[in-house]
Amino acid sequence: MTDTLPTPGAAAAGAGDAPLLEVRSVGKTFGSVISLQDVSTVVRAGQVTCVLGDNGAGKSTFIKILSGVHQPDSGSLAMNGQQVTFGSPRQALDAGIATVFQDLAMIPLMAIWRNFFLGSEPTTGWGPFRRFDSATAKEVTRRELGAMGIDIRDPDQPVGTLSGGERQSVAIARAVYHGAKVLILDEPTSALGVKQAGVVLRYIAQARDRGLGVVFITHNPHHAFPVGDRFLLLKRGRSLGDFAKGEVTRDEITSMMAGGAELDELAHELERPGD
Amino acid sequence: MSTSTTTAAEPGAAPSPPPGPAGAGDERVARVGVLRKLLVKPELGALIGALVILVFFAAQSSTFRDISGVANWLDPASTIGIMAIAVALLMIGGHFDLSAGVMTGTTALTVGICTTQLDMTVWAAIAVSLAIALSIGFLNGFLVVRTKLPSFIITLGSFLMLQGLNLGLTKAFTGTVTVGGIDDYDGYDSARAVFASTVTIAGQQFRIAILWWVLFTVLASYVLLRTRFGNWVFATGGDEVASRNVGVPAARTTITLFMTTAAAAWFVGTVYAVRTTSVQANIGIGQELIYIVAAVIGGCLLTGGFGSAVGASLGALIFGMTQQGITYLGWDTDWFYFFLGAMLLLAVLTNQVVRRYAESARA
Repeated sequence: MTDTLPTPGAAAAGAGDAPLLEVRSVGKTFGSVISLQDVSTVVRAGQVTCVLGDNGAGKSTFIKILSGVHQPDSGSLAMNGQQVTFGSPRQALDAGIATVFQDLAMIPLMAIWRNFFLGSEPTTGWGPFRRFDSATAKEVTRRELGAMGIDIRDPDQPVGTLSGGERQSVAIARAVYHGAKVLILDEPTSALGVKQAGVVLRYIAQARDRGLGVVFITHNPHHAFPVGDRFLLLKRGRSLGDFAKGEVTRDEITSMMAGGAELDELAHELERPGD
Repeated sequence: MSTSTTTAAEPGAAPSPPPGPAGAGDERVARVGVLRKLLVKPELGALIGALVILVFFAAQSSTFRDISGVANWLDPASTIGIMAIAVALLMIGGHFDLSAGVMTGTTALTVGICTTQLDMTVWAAIAVSLAIALSIGFLNGFLVVRTKLPSFIITLGSFLMLQGLNLGLTKAFTGTVTVGGIDDYDGYDSARAVFASTVTIAGQQFRIAILWWVLFTVLASYVLLRTRFGNWVFATGGDEVASRNVGVPAARTTITLFMTTAAAAWFVGTVYAVRTTSVQANIGIGQELIYIVAAVIGGCLLTGGFGSAVGASLGALIFGMTQQGITYLGWDTDWFYFFLGAMLLLAVLTNQVVRRYAESARA
């Protein structure tokens, strides 16, 4: 639990400094199925905490607990050292935890600026003349995306015309603009090609540099390693370890995720298919 | 932190493609043609269609292009249009209301029965009618939201129920299938001034419903494009789950839209009742499809999330012009339905292309 690297976003990473979000040995069971057991990690401002695991490792349950969809059966969450409970996604959002789910919560047929402000539209005017302030919305959309280094051609174009990476980036920019302190990204790179994934990783770094705490869920160590400051490894609902950068190498992560012994066995099997 | 500022390289994942260049390497070219922008406007197809039909009939029939002819074909367009706007909003919100047509009958009959059978003033009857319409609309919306069944089925049910109620109750009250004599009751004259009078423009009398239609078109466009509610309508129709995830009150939006459709049916029903003073128990049946067709011609996608109020009004205008134009030319009116079917197919195919264009990634 020691930070080996200086962190520009958080003032100091000393032992007495409370992290933005702390997960304290949370567990969750669904009926007789233990979905998550005794998992802990920390998310600090200006850092990226990567959550790695194969399918069925409990990554989804983990983010759903952070984003208020599920409540943990054991353990607790703390923000800035204060214990918190989220009864709904709305409460988590109000506390500053924004989740960018895989489906992105964007409407393909709607313009980028309409999507950007969906659910929290700025208004102008009074009484019956209160209206959606579209000029401000377009202007802010263009500016905010520009600040993230996303150069959109036209805020009026439907989101559906954007590429997968661009859509992810718009969703991230939206969460950042709407006051997120902790940004949870659910497999943002999994459906993307190599180049597109690179674009999204760059925006994750942007969000981090703006002082957000980022939780980056992925099953790809090659995506996690370049941006991650902390790595939480999950396997079959249990934590395999929670490492700061420098405590672990990429190969170790890969090997732990897949289960080194299992991989060796697999390699052995594949060598002689005909037997 | 400092070690990881160079990001986005894809080391090891695939050896052959080079890592992405540092800095946002944007090779995208800004080329948003005017034509492309116009193509994704939902009402464009309806506008072109309306112009073609206008020119076609105006060139062939002098009655059609005469100002009295204009007043004549604007009349059916107005009542269809008022309904088509509401139905279009509902369709953009992702739902259908098959009970919209029969509901115009229900509201008209309510006005008739409340006055002639229950001795109410005309305005009281109109108020009762509105209350009933809003309740039906609420119920439709509530059932759709709660059961998550397709609105097509739910409103098919309410359509059939209302059809039965219209006939059954009218017979029970009057012993016949008609309610007549609304004009004998208090408040008829002022109600007529609001719902069924005429306005003289350039020496020609136009029905006041035409002005209401224009007003509602403007109002609906404003709400759709310039208010938060309008944004929620597009979002709810585009992807309900996604919009709920970002805090859009999707259920409330849906119920409001069903109640809006019901309110429009109340308005049109009241226009019928006050205009004709006697109401047949079967009016409005079958009209619901015409409203939907007008909305689709106006660019509404059947799948929701896309469309316009102006388009629906243009769709209604196409209806009005064709209906009267065919009569003026002395053609067999059967051709009207053939023509409508053809327009509908054409519109759906066009919408399909537009949608595919709007949704296709241009990476």
